[in-house]
Amino acid sequence: MPSRHLCLKGLLLIGVLLPWPASAQQAPSGTPTPGSAEPAAPKPAAAPAPAQDRGSALFGRPEGADAAKLAPIAGPPLPTAAARLPLDKLKVPDGFKVELFASGVANARSMAQGEKGTLFVGTRSLDRVYAIRQIDGKPVVKVIASGLHRPNGVAFHKGALYVAELSKVWRFDDIENNLDTPPKPVLVTDDLPKDEAHGWKFIAVGPDEKLYVPVGAPGNILMPPETHAQIRRMDLDGRNVEVVARGVRNTVGFDWNPDTKQLTFTDNGRDWLSEDIPNDELNVLSQPGKQHFGYPFCHQGDFTDPEYGWGHSCSEFTAPVGLLGPHSAALGMRFYTGSQFPAAYRNAVLIARHGSWNRTRKIGGDVVVAKLGSDGKVASLEPFLTGFLQDNRYVGRPVDVLVARDGALLVSDDYNGAIYRVSYAP
Amino acid sequence: MRRLTAGAVLAILLALQAAPADAESVAERLPACLACHGESGTSAQAGVPSLGGMPADYVVTQLYLFREKQRVADPMNAMAEGLSDDDLRALGDAVAKLPPPKPAGEADAARMAAAQGLVAKHQCNSCHGADLAGQDQIPRIGAQREDYLLATLRAYKSNARAGYDPAMNEVAQGLSDAEIVELAYAIARR
Repeated sequence: MPSRHLCLKGLLLIGVLLPWPASAQQAPSGTPTPGSAEPAAPKPAAAPAPAQDRGSALFGRPEGADAAKLAPIAGPPLPTAAARLPLDKLKVPDGFKVELFASGVANARSMAQGEKGTLFVGTRSLDRVYAIRQIDGKPVVKVIASGLHRPNGVAFHKGALYVAELSKVWRFDDIENNLDTPPKPVLVTDDLPKDEAHGWKFIAVGPDEKLYVPVGAPGNILMPPETHAQIRRMDLDGRNVEVVARGVRNTVGFDWNPDTKQLTFTDNGRDWLSEDIPNDELNVLSQPGKQHFGYPFCHQGDFTDPEYGWGHSCSEFTAPVGLLGPHSAALGMRFYTGSQFPAAYRNAVLIARHGSWNRTRKIGGDVVVAKLGSDGKVASLEPFLTGFLQDNRYVGRPVDVLVARDGALLVSDDYNGAIYRVSYAP
Repeated sequence: MRRLTAGAVLAILLALQAAPADAESVAERLPACLACHGESGTSAQAGVPSLGGMPADYVVTQLYLFREKQRVADPMNAMAEGLSDDDLRALGDAVAKLPPPKPAGEADAARMAAAQGLVAKHQCNSCHGADLAGQDQIPRIGAQREDYLLATLRAYKSNARAGYDPAMNEVAQGLSDAEIVELAYAIARR
């Protein structure tokens, strides 16, 4: 075949391999090969370790053995077949049960529910939004929008579905009556930054009928521009944008306290400082427009950043009301407002922890329940749905929770492309 | 956009017409892939990446993105059209078994040493492995074609290529174009 001849000829031209320094093929000096027992040899004086630039996403990353192998974990694009989901490994408290709600929802991320019970699900690594309906008692999964760029955020309000891509928010009107032929969406806003880092969004409509849209910090640890590391709110048509909270590194889940009506949100802390700090945070916005939650100066309310914190005190910022585990990736959260669960769960906060990657021993990969005391702070944090972390490996990764109309809790898992249902049935 | 030789285009068309998409096994499909990507894991075609020893999960993800047209790169969208999920997995496994690519030729010792500093600074080894062979969803980059590394790092930096996971987009923001040139040079020769 002509092409094969051409390709082979190309190979022959390059084929005479010239000798190159042997060191080019070995691991770089100072980095141990995997499995070696010896600690890393110190770098020779002639080649000092270069200083990291400020603003580099990798500032502070160490070169020791296990920490040299930590990497973000992306789930597969193909959903796990229902029969292979880890249901037998999942555990819930006594009196509760967990079952499969829907499978085949590749990269299932944030969720919203329509007035007629349709479940809308966004994606972060794929390009689509799903609608899931119960037809004859079985979940039917449909893609209602595709070709979008990281459409992680979904919110439902007065018949309309809002979808947040990386830098745009769209509105699909009267969506539940038109699932088979979804309407062309209306652009709500495209006045949002385009940074990939922490650019995917969770969105929600508040009791004030405004749309809340975060903008994450465009990197791990850096001085964010005025336009980043914040939560904005705007009218439902995209006008009258205000910044309601600053110093928020990356929030992928929030809800309003049913009693106080205050915005309560998770925030993911910086990486590559220590395996054990900072914790991810649970925060409360009590004075919209006036509060700064610390990033990049102060983390978890009680220590200043080793680079950006000099000259600052954590007392300048609003501390979290609770800590959610270091690098646990606390994402979606909702106040429990159903009537199915026992009374002790009334207004408790259910929080999905996607699970850590920046730790040698992983934590998270679960849903926890936080109960707030009368002082508004987290009084207890207990496991609620566990089992996604097995032998330091993920068999699933929860992203968001949603209180369904019947009071059951739905949990999305982007690692398997599935949604589970936790119900109380003593 | 990469330019294909007439021969490569002919090979693709012949392969696509050879059998109905459903009926082809990996053994039947692979020659069409290797016509461009190289018989033994090393690509000799400008702009076409070597695939030898590429982690299977990474191959599955990229083929999936090509099939769904979420990642657009001529002719890969046509090549991936009609592949079933099982085809993706089978092709991923087959590609992972191809021998690792051969590093590019002569390496300037001074440039390699300087680039080592960049690799250490940006901790490429943390995700891509001490030997840059990749793992799971993270590709092998050691001995990848220099022109492909160059184009890809630039595309991550400009966001022209949005990663399946945005990690490389974030990393590339911290790279100057001069550093990208040096990294592509050195990693192609590892």
